[in-house]
Amino acid sequence: MARYRNVLLFAGVAMLFILTGVFQSWNLSLNILNLALLSAIMAIGVNIQWGYAGLFSTGIVGSVALGGLAVALVSSKPVPEGWAAGGPQIVEALLFAALAIGLATWLYRRLKPGANRALALALYLVVAFFIYRAILDPAVTAVEANNPAQAGNIGGLGFNSLLAWPVGALMAAAAAWIIGKIALGLREDYLAIATLGIAEIIVQVLRNEDWLARGVKNLIDLPRPWPVPKEVDLQVDPFFLDTVRAIGADPVTASTIFVKLLYATMFGLVLLLLVWGCERALNSPWGRTVRAIRDNEISAAAMGKDVKFRHLQIFIIGSAVVGLAGAMLTSMEGQLTPPSYLPLRFTFLIWVMVIVGGSGNNWGAILGGLLIGWLYLAVEFLGPQMMAILTSGLPAGPLKDHLQDTAAHMRLLTLGVVLLLVLRFAPKGLIPEK
Amino acid sequence: MDLLNALTAFLNFIVVPGLAYGSQLALGALGITLIFSVLRFSNFAHGDTMAFGTAFVILFTWWFQSLGITAGPLPTALLALPLGILVTIAMVLATDRVVYRYYRKVRAKAIIVVIVSTGVMFVMNGLVRMIIGTSERNFSDGARMMLNPQDFKAWTGLAEPLAVKTTQAISVVAAVLCCAFLFWFLQKTRTGKSMRAYSDNEDLALLSGINPERVVTITWILAGALACIAGTLYGLDKSYRGIVYFSLLMPMFAAAVVGGLGSPLGAVIGSFIVAFSELIVTNAWRKIFGYLVPPDWLGDGLYQALSTDYKVAVSFSILILVLLFRPQGIFGGK
Repeated sequence: MARYRNVLLFAGVAMLFILTGVFQSWNLSLNILNLALLSAIMAIGVNIQWGYAGLFSTGIVGSVALGGLAVALVSSKPVPEGWAAGGPQIVEALLFAALAIGLATWLYRRLKPGANRALALALYLVVAFFIYRAILDPAVTAVEANNPAQAGNIGGLGFNSLLAWPVGALMAAAAAWIIGKIALGLREDYLAIATLGIAEIIVQVLRNEDWLARGVKNLIDLPRPWPVPKEVDLQVDPFFLDTVRAIGADPVTASTIFVKLLYATMFGLVLLLLVWGCERALNSPWGRTVRAIRDNEISAAAMGKDVKFRHLQIFIIGSAVVGLAGAMLTSMEGQLTPPSYLPLRFTFLIWVMVIVGGSGNNWGAILGGLLIGWLYLAVEFLGPQMMAILTSGLPAGPLKDHLQDTAAHMRLLTLGVVLLLVLRFAPKGLIPEK
Repeated sequence: MDLLNALTAFLNFIVVPGLAYGSQLALGALGITLIFSVLRFSNFAHGDTMAFGTAFVILFTWWFQSLGITAGPLPTALLALPLGILVTIAMVLATDRVVYRYYRKVRAKAIIVVIVSTGVMFVMNGLVRMIIGTSERNFSDGARMMLNPQDFKAWTGLAEPLAVKTTQAISVVAAVLCCAFLFWFLQKTRTGKSMRAYSDNEDLALLSGINPERVVTITWILAGALACIAGTLYGLDKSYRGIVYFSLLMPMFAAAVVGGLGSPLGAVIGSFIVAFSELIVTNAWRKIFGYLVPPDWLGDGLYQALSTDYKVAVSFSILILVLLFRPQGIFGGK
């Protein structure tokens, strides 16, 4: 029975996408599907952290943003003048900072504890910070002065953006390593608080450091990942046109749908690969260790399991999966827009997906990702329509306007209420852990 | 060398804003730390509780203004504040009854309650957006300046002005009054003592006949009132936008953790540490240095360690330092 129930649940979600396709448009439906697939991958990452190990991170948006940054650095057009103006010097400054911090940790371990050590290290770090700024600032000014209307950044490597996907995962993993090293092993709330901060810093860096990826001026025209073609190229491709004519479809619509289907296939493949890996891992000795730690840290530690190391490992793996999805998202959208990295959209929405779907269960996370992903985006056209019907009896005036405006804010309220209801009445989610 | 002008500039750009901002943070962090010590979870909804309370204070302020009631030189919002506090308290008590009480009953893990509090945060944020929208609302009236910069310059003959906004002065006074009341309440009254006992050792407190639901209710009332006051003061000082209160979470948490989660005195001191560090790191020191050393020594830098966009990095770094070297905070805590 349970087997059929899960199949039915997935069939129900599939129905939602089909109905959207029939009643709205297939383009919209596929668009939502692609975003929902990416959300499902992020949900798998969060599920690894929360469902497997009980780690609550409020910084998912930071990993997503790092993935996006990886696409910008790996695959955007090179800007040789910008790089020549100060690129190497910026790298030097960053290396200097890394060395300075490394030296500080080494000194901290070597020196005798006491007030003198604290003072000396604080002084050393302040001096190092100003040297770092002295190296960095002129280079940044030089890079940003180069053609600020179109460039003003160090540019990318110009590789295919498929290559950026694993790089995004690595960057998110590196950030997770740093934050996990510090915040894990303490009270579990501290991880939540620390990740909230690091995510906000990452997003602020993306918004403000114009030399990196143009900040809020946005980086557009990122190349498509292999093998996705551009719609305009398809529309002049004779083979494609012949095929479309044979079916009797409109070439413009067909080309957009074809591209979206291609993305959906790629994302679906990545998703399946991840689920396969996760299921294998979860049913291996590693998975059993991890679940044992989650269910009772003290007894697992007593059995000789290194709790902190496992937590760090899982935190890194989960963040890497989210970073991968973040890179995929940016390479599909073809642009990096820092203001779009909102914690509500990329942290708390993903949380709702995992908890609604069923924490600890990979299929649950996917179901939650697809279902909540659909809901979140469908409300965009359903909400105003419903509000228009509800308020159709009202005379035009400020009240009607106000009510129609509030429809846009309904999303947050609904998400919150859904999260609270699921946690209270069905804490195991739609597909509970076995 | 012009020590007096340098000192005035220091007061004007660091001390006065730092005291005001620190006071606002302290009122918020006190709420977080109270909830932590009695209910034992980090309340992520606290920022949005502040926004919620402030939204109602603004609505009442507009109502009073439309009736022609003002507080003379003081902002009308102060008259509306008691009503706003009542609404906030009603809201947090309702939230506790509908949401949190169940998790206390089943003795859920702290981290589950933290997630629940993010759900509450969503709901409150949605409500705030529906009630008052996302655009900036200015509801400050009355006299803008308590110490006018022109007057100050005329009196002292210094080149540097010193300005104290009415809202800054009110923030500090309100924080002093609230802290005095809170510490008196916690130390001297029976209810306050039972709260501390419950926070120290739940089982022992239960054995000695303390009613846990009563302690929890009082805690929510205090936290709600503090949140509403903190939110209103911040809104008066910096003009109100419902969505900025989310970003106050980070400094408030940092302040509470620095002092030691669960320690009220620690939260207050932590708030001032965070507030002053933010200002010292993001202030452009060029002006002040200009009075201390010959101007041609300075070159053309701003002498600003971090741009104000990275304010959050300051509270984050403080948090990280505390977690690395003294996770229990300066004043113990839990």
